[in-house]
Amino acid sequence: MLELDEFRRETRHWLEQNCPAEMRLPIREEDDDCWGGMYPTFKNEAQELWLDRMSERGWTTPAWPRSIGGGGLSKEQSEILHQELVRIKARPALLSFGIWMLGPVLLKYGSEAQKARFLPDIVRGKVRWCQGYSEPGSGSDLASLQTRAEDRGDHYLVNGSKIWTSYGDKADWVFCLVRTDNAAPKHEGISFLLFDMKSPGVTTKPITLISGKSPFSQLFFDDVRVPKENLVGEINRGWEIAKYLLTHEREMIGDMGTQSVSLSELAKEHIGLRNDMLVDPILRTDISRFTIDEMAFSDTLKRAADEAKAGQEMGAVSSMFKYFGTELNMSRFELMLSVTGNYSLGWEGEEFDEGNLPRAWLRSKGNAIEGGTSEIQLNIIAKRVLGLPSE
Amino acid sequence: MSLSLNEEQMMLQDSARGFLQTKAPVSAFRELRDHPDKDGFNRQLWADMAAQGWAGITIPEQFGGVDFGYTGLGLILEEMGRTLTVSPMVSTVLMGATALNLGGSPAQKTALLPKIATGELIIPLALEETRHHNPEQTSLRATPVDKGYCLNGRKVFVLDAHVADTFIVLARTSEKNANCTGLSLFLVDSDTQGVTVERAHMLDSRNAGAVVFNDVTVSSESVVGEIDEGQELLQSVLDVAQIGLSAELLGISQQVFEMTLSYLKERKQFGVHIGSFQALQHRMAQMFCQIELCKSIVRRALNDLDAGHDNVSIVASAAKAKLCETVRRLTNEAIQLHGGIGMTDEFDLGFYIKRARVAQQTCGDYNYHLDRFARLNGY
Ligand SMILES: Cc1cc2nc3c(=O)[nH]c(=O)nc-3n(C[C@H](O)[C@H](O)[C@H](O)COP(=O)(O)OP(=O)(O)OC[C@H]3O[C@@H](n4cnc5c(N)ncnc54)[C@H](O)[C@@H]3O)c2cc1C
Repeated sequence: MLELDEFRRETRHWLEQNCPAEMRLPIREEDDDCWGGMYPTFKNEAQELWLDRMSERGWTTPAWPRSIGGGGLSKEQSEILHQELVRIKARPALLSFGIWMLGPVLLKYGSEAQKARFLPDIVRGKVRWCQGYSEPGSGSDLASLQTRAEDRGDHYLVNGSKIWTSYGDKADWVFCLVRTDNAAPKHEGISFLLFDMKSPGVTTKPITLISGKSPFSQLFFDDVRVPKENLVGEINRGWEIAKYLLTHEREMIGDMGTQSVSLSELAKEHIGLRNDMLVDPILRTDISRFTIDEMAFSDTLKRAADEAKAGQEMGAVSSMFKYFGTELNMSRFELMLSVTGNYSLGWEGEEFDEGNLPRAWLRSKGNAIEGGTSEIQLNIIAKRVLGLPSE
Repeated sequence: MSLSLNEEQMMLQDSARGFLQTKAPVSAFRELRDHPDKDGFNRQLWADMAAQGWAGITIPEQFGGVDFGYTGLGLILEEMGRTLTVSPMVSTVLMGATALNLGGSPAQKTALLPKIATGELIIPLALEETRHHNPEQTSLRATPVDKGYCLNGRKVFVLDAHVADTFIVLARTSEKNANCTGLSLFLVDSDTQGVTVERAHMLDSRNAGAVVFNDVTVSSESVVGEIDEGQELLQSVLDVAQIGLSAELLGISQQVFEMTLSYLKERKQFGVHIGSFQALQHRMAQMFCQIELCKSIVRRALNDLDAGHDNVSIVASAAKAKLCETVRRLTNEAIQLHGGIGMTDEFDLGFYIKRARVAQQTCGDYNYHLDRFARLNGY
């Protein structure tokens, strides 16, 4: 206990000294987020400094081992670091699919050489990754994917196309599911490959979303040569890895259920009180219902973590978190639209903050689709947790 | 504080489950309902429960209790929700003992808490007067007389009224003004002259009734807490009550969910188990998520009580509202997913929906708590 108190004191002190003031302001625009990469674009010096300082200590990945550049912190210490970051309202130093998705996979399934090669760059934000899972014909039924990788002796030859690849046009590398055995049942012929997006034969085409932004792409692979050492785990055993990654992705997406926007404060500002009550009684009820669900959800995240620590695992939590967290996030945006009225309809111009709110609201609709749709999460809960039959 | 249970708490949960499932299963409740007697609960069972330490679960050791904390009480109430066990646990342990623990004078505690802990004393709150929970509008009057007070008025929906030994009565002692609500709490023995109890038969087959106070005089020592300042004490007691009732509703929710889940795996139509229909699977999966949320908010609320946090009112209303919402959906869906059999008296499901509706109403329903939640948060 004493050691943890000491750790908290030191961490607080270090953060006070090292987190630049600009990095404690609320995130307003997309380029306030820092994604790193081989050719990074930093919005300002503070952003770069913050990334350098945090990754220097391995605190972009607090719980990863020190040997590959991680923070080497215990669960308790990581939690303290998180609390202290929240306390000073620090922005994340680095957003990264490498950290959220690929890292856990490499730590579990990667060879020593792969860990040494890829993980330190993920910690430092030196390489930006994208996720090549979905294909035009394979969304929810991901295991039906058709992108082929043929064994050509010293390399694999990859042909096919991936779609809905978030930040596919900005990524340096892709982690990709490919079919390596056409004859086997669909789950047993899939492998997990890593390759450089600059490899000859890789092209990308951006896709614009209803939010008016274009963060995702279609990828085309035309005779792309991938060295054999870039296969993660065993050949044709990629499905297990794919699913393991999805549990991490889902927990990460589910976490957005806990973003802290005080709807009641916002409503007071935009709508006002009469006799100490919000003037719109229906919105008042909706906000209460939502806020209670939000409380119950963050209590559930905490309970799951506490129970895991005490060895009383809940089981299949990632599907529940993904499903409920995204439902909450979507409700939050619907309520923000109700609260802000016609202000929320402004799409361009400074007076409307360039339409950040309605754009974010539209983007939130994707939450129940990306990482496996809500219906797929409910299927998983019904089958795996509740044991309901398929027949 | 951790939201996982510690070893002691898990042991309590196991032993409560074991005890209730052998000594007080749902069949015992059916038996009680089918053969009503003058008490409306099993006194031997209550004595056995008290012998387990349950009646004194939140009472300090110096007053004969086991001082196991609110989380312990919540775990027991949750298990009782699963078995629908009828006992004075809610009226007396959750509410009566809490009022004395939090607001009783040393003399009151010494005289009454040990008797609660042994199961001898049944001591409910006499609170409601109208059809909706609204303690601030109390109109039962207590007027000062020589060395005491004189009570006149009528209370309804008093839990365990006809078997109560003593009531804790909420009364108006002065008009509401900006500084105080003018409410006070009084101890009134049920055999005091002027007290009449009318037993009521509620849909959950439990005990409640109306109590009439007609020129009932009590001494000044009967005041629990401060005169005219009863509101704050009452709110603290009600916060505990709401959290305890939420724990009971959690037990009901889980039991009803599990019954429905097994039925979906048993019942066949169109040559397949009905649990293979996706329309039903998704409803079950959604309810599963709701139950997990409920478990967490109840656990957190109990935790906050044990830690003595000062924001418990907000959490208490949040928990009660969430549980009311969930149990309503779950009990309704459970009947629907059982088809015709869910409608029969012979099947136990009906008991759960009936008990749930009573517990939902007790100390404020969904609407009351959503409104209170907003008020407490300043909107
Ligand atoms: C914002 C966003 C970002 C994304 N980023 C990436 C990325 O970086 N990399 C990547 O690989 N993919 C990404 N995706 C793709 C995403 O994983 C897929 O869109 C998703 O898995 C659904 O596939 P689909 O779009 O083909 O829809 P479909 O599978 O065609 O689904 C259509 C509808 O049918 C329902 N449905 C399908 N099967 C069932 C079933 N068995 N039971 C009940 N209902 C069913 C679905 O729930 C949905 O409502 C992203 C998607 C979005 C929206």
